[in-house]
Amino acid sequence: MNRIQVRYFASIREALGTGSERIETSAATVAALRAQLIDRSPAHAQALAHGKAVRSSLDQRMVADEATAALHDGAEVAFFPPVTGG
Amino acid sequence: MQPRVSIQTEDFDLSAEVQRLRATDKGVGAVCTFVGTVRDRNDGQPVSAMELEHYPGMTEAAIEAMIDEAHRRFDILGARVIHRVGALQPLDQIVLVAVTSAHRGQSFQACEFLMDYLKTQAPFWKKEQTPEGARWVDARVSDDAALARWGIEARNA
Repeated sequence: MNRIQVRYFASIREALGTGSERIETSAATVAALRAQLIDRSPAHAQALAHGKAVRSSLDQRMVADEATAALHDGAEVAFFPPVTGG
Repeated sequence: MQPRVSIQTEDFDLSAEVQRLRATDKGVGAVCTFVGTVRDRNDGQPVSAMELEHYPGMTEAAIEAMIDEAHRRFDILGARVIHRVGALQPLDQIVLVAVTSAHRGQSFQACEFLMDYLKTQAPFWKKEQTPEGARWVDARVSDDAALARWGIEARNA
Protein backbone atom coordinates (compact mmCIF):
# COMPACT_ATOMS: atom_id res chain seq x y z
CA MET A 1 0.00 0.00 0.00
CA ASN A 2 1.19 3.49 -0.85
CA ARG A 3 0.42 6.55 1.20
CA ILE A 4 -0.55 9.31 -1.21
CA GLN A 5 -1.20 12.99 -0.62
CA VAL A 6 -4.02 13.95 -2.98
CA ARG A 7 -4.63 17.62 -3.71
CA TYR A 8 -7.49 19.35 -5.49
CA PHE A 9 -7.65 22.79 -7.06
CA ALA A 10 -10.15 25.29 -8.43
CA SER A 11 -13.60 23.90 -9.37
CA ILE A 12 -12.66 20.39 -8.25
CA ARG A 13 -11.55 21.64 -4.82
CA GLU A 14 -14.85 23.51 -4.49
CA ALA A 15 -16.94 20.52 -5.59
CA LEU A 16 -15.25 18.24 -3.04
CA GLY A 17 -15.20 20.83 -0.27
CA THR A 18 -11.54 20.09 0.48
CA GLY A 19 -8.13 20.94 -0.93
CA SER A 20 -6.41 17.72 0.06
CA GLU A 21 -6.76 14.28 1.54
CA ARG A 22 -4.36 11.52 2.56
CA ILE A 23 -5.09 8.13 1.05
CA GLU A 24 -3.69 4.65 1.53
CA THR A 25 -4.10 2.86 -1.73
CA SER A 26 -3.15 -0.22 -3.70
CA ALA A 27 -3.47 1.81 -6.91
CA ALA A 28 -0.31 1.58 -8.99
CA THR A 29 -0.95 4.50 -11.32
CA VAL A 30 -2.64 7.90 -11.31
CA ALA A 31 -5.39 6.43 -13.51
CA ALA A 32 -6.06 3.65 -10.98
CA LEU A 33 -6.04 6.15 -8.12
CA ARG A 34 -8.56 8.33 -9.96
CA ALA A 35 -10.81 5.29 -10.47
CA GLN A 36 -10.65 4.50 -6.74
CA LEU A 37 -11.39 8.12 -5.81
CA ILE A 38 -14.43 8.09 -8.10
CA ASP A 39 -15.83 5.29 -5.93
CA ARG A 40 -15.28 7.28 -2.74
CA SER A 41 -18.39 9.49 -2.84
CA PRO A 42 -20.98 10.89 -5.25
CA ALA A 43 -19.11 14.23 -5.14
CA HIS A 44 -15.85 12.50 -6.14
CA ALA A 45 -17.67 10.58 -8.87
CA GLN A 46 -19.02 13.83 -10.28
CA ALA A 47 -15.86 15.92 -9.97
CA LEU A 48 -13.42 13.31 -11.31
CA ALA A 49 -15.72 11.59 -13.84
CA HIS A 50 -14.00 10.03 -16.83
CA GLY A 51 -14.56 12.08 -19.93
CA LYS A 52 -14.54 15.29 -17.90
CA ALA A 53 -11.81 17.84 -18.46
CA VAL A 54 -9.65 16.83 -15.49
CA ARG A 55 -5.89 17.26 -15.56
CA SER A 56 -3.47 15.79 -13.05
CA SER A 57 0.04 16.11 -11.72
CA LEU A 58 2.36 13.65 -9.99
CA ASP A 59 4.95 15.04 -7.59
CA GLN A 60 4.14 18.50 -8.95
CA ARG A 61 4.79 17.65 -12.60
CA MET A 62 2.04 17.58 -15.22
CA VAL A 63 0.90 14.06 -16.06
CA ALA A 64 0.72 13.39 -19.80
CA ASP A 65 -0.75 9.89 -19.46
CA GLU A 66 -2.48 8.87 -16.22
CA ALA A 67 -2.33 5.19 -17.18
CA THR A 68 1.47 5.13 -17.13
CA ALA A 69 2.11 7.62 -14.29
CA ALA A 70 3.38 5.23 -11.58
CA LEU A 71 2.65 5.96 -7.92
CA HIS A 72 5.08 5.45 -5.06
CA ASP A 73 4.85 5.71 -1.30
CA GLY A 74 4.74 9.38 -0.32
CA ALA A 75 3.72 10.61 -3.77
CA GLU A 76 1.77 13.83 -4.19
CA VAL A 77 -0.99 13.66 -6.79
CA ALA A 78 -3.22 16.58 -7.76
CA PHE A 79 -6.38 16.76 -9.82
CA PHE A 80 -7.55 20.02 -11.36
CA PRO A 81 -9.40 21.50 -14.34
CA PRO A 82 -7.49 22.78 -17.40
CA VAL A 83 -5.24 25.65 -16.39
CA THR A 84 -6.20 29.25 -17.19
CA GLY A 85 -3.34 31.49 -16.09
CA GLY A 86 -1.53 34.24 -17.96
CA MET B 1 20.85 37.31 -7.56
CA GLN B 2 17.42 38.33 -8.80
CA PRO B 3 14.95 35.38 -8.84
CA ARG B 4 13.75 34.36 -12.30
CA VAL B 5 10.22 33.54 -11.13
CA SER B 6 7.95 35.31 -8.63
CA ILE B 7 4.40 34.38 -7.70
CA GLN B 8 2.97 37.23 -5.67
CA THR B 9 -0.17 39.10 -4.67
CA GLU B 10 1.52 42.51 -5.05
CA ASP B 11 1.66 44.50 -8.27
CA PHE B 12 4.93 44.81 -10.20
CA ASP B 13 6.79 47.70 -11.82
CA LEU B 14 7.66 47.00 -15.45
CA SER B 15 10.49 49.50 -15.72
CA ALA B 16 12.06 48.47 -12.44
CA GLU B 17 11.99 44.82 -13.54
CA VAL B 18 13.52 45.60 -16.94
CA GLN B 19 16.15 47.74 -15.26
CA ARG B 20 17.15 44.87 -12.95
CA LEU B 21 17.10 42.27 -15.71
CA ARG B 22 19.49 44.13 -18.01
CA ALA B 23 21.55 46.06 -15.44
CA THR B 24 24.38 43.56 -15.06
CA ASP B 25 24.81 42.37 -18.66
CA LYS B 26 26.52 44.66 -21.18
CA GLY B 27 25.83 42.11 -23.92
CA VAL B 28 22.11 42.90 -23.88
CA GLY B 29 20.95 44.70 -27.01
CA ALA B 30 17.25 43.83 -26.86
CA VAL B 31 14.59 43.55 -24.19
CA CYS B 32 11.17 42.16 -25.01
CA THR B 33 8.37 42.28 -22.44
CA PHE B 34 4.78 41.11 -22.31
CA VAL B 35 2.28 42.31 -19.70
CA GLY B 36 -1.09 40.58 -19.33
CA THR B 37 -3.89 42.59 -17.72
CA VAL B 38 -7.41 41.96 -16.42
CA ARG B 39 -10.16 42.80 -18.93
CA ASP B 40 -13.62 43.98 -17.85
CA ARG B 41 -15.31 41.54 -20.26
CA ASN B 42 -14.88 37.86 -21.06
CA ASP B 43 -17.00 35.55 -23.22
CA GLY B 44 -19.65 38.25 -23.64
CA GLN B 45 -20.07 38.94 -19.92
CA PRO B 46 -18.96 41.92 -17.87
CA VAL B 47 -16.28 40.98 -15.34
CA SER B 48 -16.12 43.03 -12.13
CA ALA B 49 -13.34 41.14 -10.33
CA MET B 50 -11.17 38.05 -10.57
CA GLU B 51 -9.59 35.58 -8.17
CA LEU B 52 -6.46 33.73 -9.22
CA GLU B 53 -5.64 30.40 -7.59
CA HIS B 54 -2.42 28.45 -8.09
CA TYR B 55 -0.55 25.34 -6.95
CA PRO B 56 2.24 26.64 -4.71
CA GLY B 57 5.53 24.92 -5.44
CA MET B 58 4.46 23.36 -8.70
CA THR B 59 3.80 26.74 -10.26
CA GLU B 60 7.31 28.01 -9.58
CA ALA B 61 8.92 24.73 -10.68
CA ALA B 62 6.88 24.62 -13.89
CA ILE B 63 7.84 28.17 -14.88
CA GLU B 64 11.51 27.60 -13.97
CA ALA B 65 11.45 24.59 -16.31
CA MET B 66 9.89 26.73 -19.06
CA ILE B 67 12.66 29.30 -18.72
CA ASP B 68 15.27 26.53 -18.92
CA GLU B 69 13.58 25.34 -22.12
CA ALA B 70 13.57 28.89 -23.51
CA HIS B 71 17.34 29.10 -22.88
CA ARG B 72 17.81 25.81 -24.77
CA ARG B 73 15.73 26.93 -27.74
CA PHE B 74 16.70 30.57 -28.09
CA ASP B 75 19.87 32.59 -27.84
CA ILE B 76 18.70 34.68 -24.90
CA LEU B 77 20.63 36.21 -22.04
CA GLY B 78 18.05 36.43 -19.27
CA ALA B 79 14.37 36.00 -18.46
CA ARG B 80 12.03 37.10 -15.71
CA VAL B 81 8.45 35.96 -15.04
CA ILE B 82 6.10 37.46 -12.47
CA HIS B 83 2.56 36.13 -12.04
CA ARG B 84 0.10 37.60 -9.59
CA VAL B 85 -2.39 35.54 -7.58
CA GLY B 86 -5.30 36.40 -5.30
CA ALA B 87 -7.89 39.12 -5.86
CA LEU B 88 -7.54 41.24 -9.01
CA GLN B 89 -9.67 43.90 -10.70
CA PRO B 90 -10.07 45.05 -14.30
CA LEU B 91 -7.05 47.14 -15.36
CA ASP B 92 -4.78 45.27 -12.94
CA GLN B 93 -1.59 43.69 -14.25
CA ILE B 94 -1.60 39.88 -13.99
CA VAL B 95 1.56 38.63 -15.62
CA LEU B 96 4.95 39.86 -16.76
CA VAL B 97 7.35 38.04 -19.06
CA ALA B 98 10.59 39.85 -19.84
CA VAL B 99 13.44 38.46 -21.94
CA THR B 100 16.84 39.86 -22.91
CA SER B 101 19.07 38.95 -25.84
CA ALA B 102 21.81 40.45 -27.99
CA HIS B 103 19.46 41.03 -30.95
CA ARG B 104 15.69 41.46 -31.04
CA GLY B 105 14.63 38.30 -32.87
CA GLN B 106 15.52 35.86 -30.12
CA SER B 107 13.89 37.81 -27.29
CA PHE B 108 10.70 38.41 -29.33
CA GLN B 109 10.41 34.69 -29.97
CA ALA B 110 11.35 33.58 -26.45
CA CYS B 111 8.86 36.00 -24.90
CA GLU B 112 6.01 34.60 -26.98
CA PHE B 113 7.18 31.03 -26.38
CA LEU B 114 7.17 31.57 -22.62
CA MET B 115 3.66 33.07 -22.64
CA ASP B 116 2.30 30.28 -24.86
CA TYR B 117 3.88 27.72 -22.58
CA LEU B 118 2.64 29.39 -19.40
CA LYS B 119 -0.97 29.64 -20.64
CA THR B 120 -1.37 25.87 -20.93
CA GLN B 121 1.23 24.34 -18.58
CA ALA B 122 1.45 26.50 -15.44
CA PRO B 123 -1.08 25.59 -12.73
CA PHE B 124 -3.14 28.76 -12.39
CA TRP B 125 -6.93 29.03 -12.41
CA LYS B 126 -9.03 32.17 -12.86
CA LYS B 127 -12.42 32.70 -11.29
CA GLU B 128 -14.41 35.69 -12.54
CA GLN B 129 -17.17 37.68 -10.89
CA THR B 130 -19.96 38.41 -13.38
CA PRO B 131 -23.51 39.77 -12.96
CA GLU B 132 -24.70 36.14 -13.04
CA GLY B 133 -22.33 35.12 -10.26
CA ALA B 134 -18.83 33.70 -10.01
CA ARG B 135 -17.57 31.33 -12.70
CA TRP B 136 -14.33 29.47 -13.38
CA VAL B 137 -12.78 30.53 -16.66
CA ASP B 138 -12.72 27.85 -19.37
CA ALA B 139 -9.43 26.95 -21.01
CA ARG B 140 -9.16 27.89 -24.69
CA VAL B 141 -8.31 25.44 -27.45
CA SER B 142 -6.58 28.36 -29.20
CA ASP B 143 -4.03 28.42 -26.36
CA ASP B 144 -3.19 24.75 -27.00
CA ALA B 145 -2.84 25.60 -30.69
CA ALA B 146 -0.48 28.46 -29.82
CA LEU B 147 1.86 26.07 -28.00
CA ALA B 148 1.62 23.52 -30.80
CA ARG B 149 3.32 26.05 -33.10
CA TRP B 150 6.47 25.47 -31.03
CA GLY B 151 6.23 21.71 -31.51
CA ILE B 152 4.85 21.02 -28.02
CA GLU B 153 1.56 19.22 -27.49
CA ALA B 154 -0.38 21.04 -24.76
CA ARG B 155 -3.38 18.75 -24.08
CA ASN B 156 -4.81 21.32 -21.68
CA ALA B 157 -8.16 22.51 -23.06
